[in-house]
Amino acid sequence: MRNAWVICRKELGSYFASPVAYLLLFMFGMIFGYFFWTALRFFVFEGIEMQMRGQSMPMNINEQIIRPLLSNVSVIGLFFIPMITMRLFAEEKRTGTIELLATSPVTDLEIIVGKWLAALIMYSCLLLFTALNFAFLFRYGNPDWKPLAIGYLGLLLQAGGLLAIGTFISTLTKNQIIAGAATFGVCILLWVVGWMGEFEMSTWSKVLSYFSVVSHFESFARGVLESKDAIFYAAVIFLGLFFTARSMESLRWRS
Amino acid sequence: MIKVTDLTKRYAHTVAVDQISFEVAKGQIVGFLGPNGAGKTTTMRMLTCFLPPSAGTATVAGFDVLEQPLEVKKRIGYLPETPPIYPEMETVEYLRFVGKLKGLSGAALQKRVDYVCERCAVADVKTKLLGKLSKGYRQRVGLAQAIIHNPDVLILDEPTAGLDPKQINETRDLIKDLAGEHTIILSTHILPEVEQTCEQVIIINKGKLVATDSVRNLQARARGAESVVLEVAGRTGPLDVALVQHRLQQVAGVSQVRCKRHGESQAVFEIETEKGQLVRGDLARAVVQAGWDLNELRPSAMSLEEIFLQLTGSEAAGVADKAAPQEVLQ
Repeated sequence: MRNAWVICRKELGSYFASPVAYLLLFMFGMIFGYFFWTALRFFVFEGIEMQMRGQSMPMNINEQIIRPLLSNVSVIGLFFIPMITMRLFAEEKRTGTIELLATSPVTDLEIIVGKWLAALIMYSCLLLFTALNFAFLFRYGNPDWKPLAIGYLGLLLQAGGLLAIGTFISTLTKNQIIAGAATFGVCILLWVVGWMGEFEMSTWSKVLSYFSVVSHFESFARGVLESKDAIFYAAVIFLGLFFTARSMESLRWRS
Repeated sequence: MIKVTDLTKRYAHTVAVDQISFEVAKGQIVGFLGPNGAGKTTTMRMLTCFLPPSAGTATVAGFDVLEQPLEVKKRIGYLPETPPIYPEMETVEYLRFVGKLKGLSGAALQKRVDYVCERCAVADVKTKLLGKLSKGYRQRVGLAQAIIHNPDVLILDEPTAGLDPKQINETRDLIKDLAGEHTIILSTHILPEVEQTCEQVIIINKGKLVATDSVRNLQARARGAESVVLEVAGRTGPLDVALVQHRLQQVAGVSQVRCKRHGESQAVFEIETEKGQLVRGDLARAVVQAGWDLNELRPSAMSLEEIFLQLTGSEAAGVADKAAPQEVLQ
């Protein structure tokens, strides 16, 4: 797996050598910052209001700020993931550098894992921005860190799955825009199927809504590590990478 | 070093490479020649394990490309038609990356990077972004990348395509230089390149092997005897072509005289001579003594180009046209 790490390092270098990484970090920081600010303001106002009324409702930072924010991040991530994965293989195919990778003594699996890992680390960098904001909560309040850690684990698992799907889609085309748009479509689709279950009660809609990548995150946002949700994400990661490997193989036989 | 047996690559509707067999001995430098679309790149891609063959086998240093691709890849340096560079990387950063991919590390890696930078004359652009380099430098970085792990076999796909004449010469010299240490297969559709750099030629056309031989043998085989091109003009008034032809025929050592084209007062002849005969002096004297003007007299050695055209047929004509301006430039 040394080779996977070599490729991963190179991919990270590519992200940060181009404006892509900075643009993503900037936009993500702005959007999350806005959500954080709104959530925090609402929390503080509510606290003041209750004090003025003389009521003493239990206030909980974890439940009232961190949990909704983590849910927000899991949705915002859907919009950023295509931008992270679209270039992974599409660009190499367009510039012909895929020939270098494919004729070097590395296995397909090492290439795929290296690239996917780089995408995951890139996403983790985005999450670091959320951590910066949450740090203020720890400075001025005393939230429980364990649910937050579970929440981050959930975010990484969810992103890992979607990134694996994005990596797969990126192997299918030479065109980054197509790869990005298709990944975006799949991400949104995997989000909205979750709404089906809310409107309808038929078995089919229930089955479909089970594929929602966002609804599986709810347990993580609560700070609960549910094995069925973790296994769902692990399965998505595995399937995504598996299809990427098959796609790379067929690339050789067809091209 | 390389052994190819009945190698075939079929796509959905076409056969790109059709039962090619050849062998390349260690340390040789082989030109892989053919018009565009002849199957050169496909064959090279199969040798480098980029594409799997549909049928037949290819072994590199004793390892089969299908059975043990990793072993083959370790022993091959490959420069595709467009150098596989990442525009956002610096030269040294890129070479280090490729070196690591090929299994080098630590001090050995650093040594090889320094060495290939010197060798391929890219030391002065070590910290430049690859995207900003000129085509010639990119090509050399591509070569540097191919030899970084000191492979037994070097496979170069049109290494001089798109370079200017000076860069072409530099690249050829570099390739010739490398020949001692590596076995080299080099594809091209530029014929003088093969004459200048290669010892052995493999000619393919439409996916089929047309000829495989040494450059010298090929030339000798196609030529047989020397031929001379002669242009004669009438000193006063029109020229009697038949008379000139008859006169030339009488010169000792001439086996055949053909009139290539003629006008009112001049004519161009192609003269085949018998093996080992030097007849140019006699021809010149014959023309002048008969009272005609001798406008041109030159030996027309059969170039590889003509051999190539002969072997590949009329389809290759377009390629020869393409190659010609390059030749003029040199």
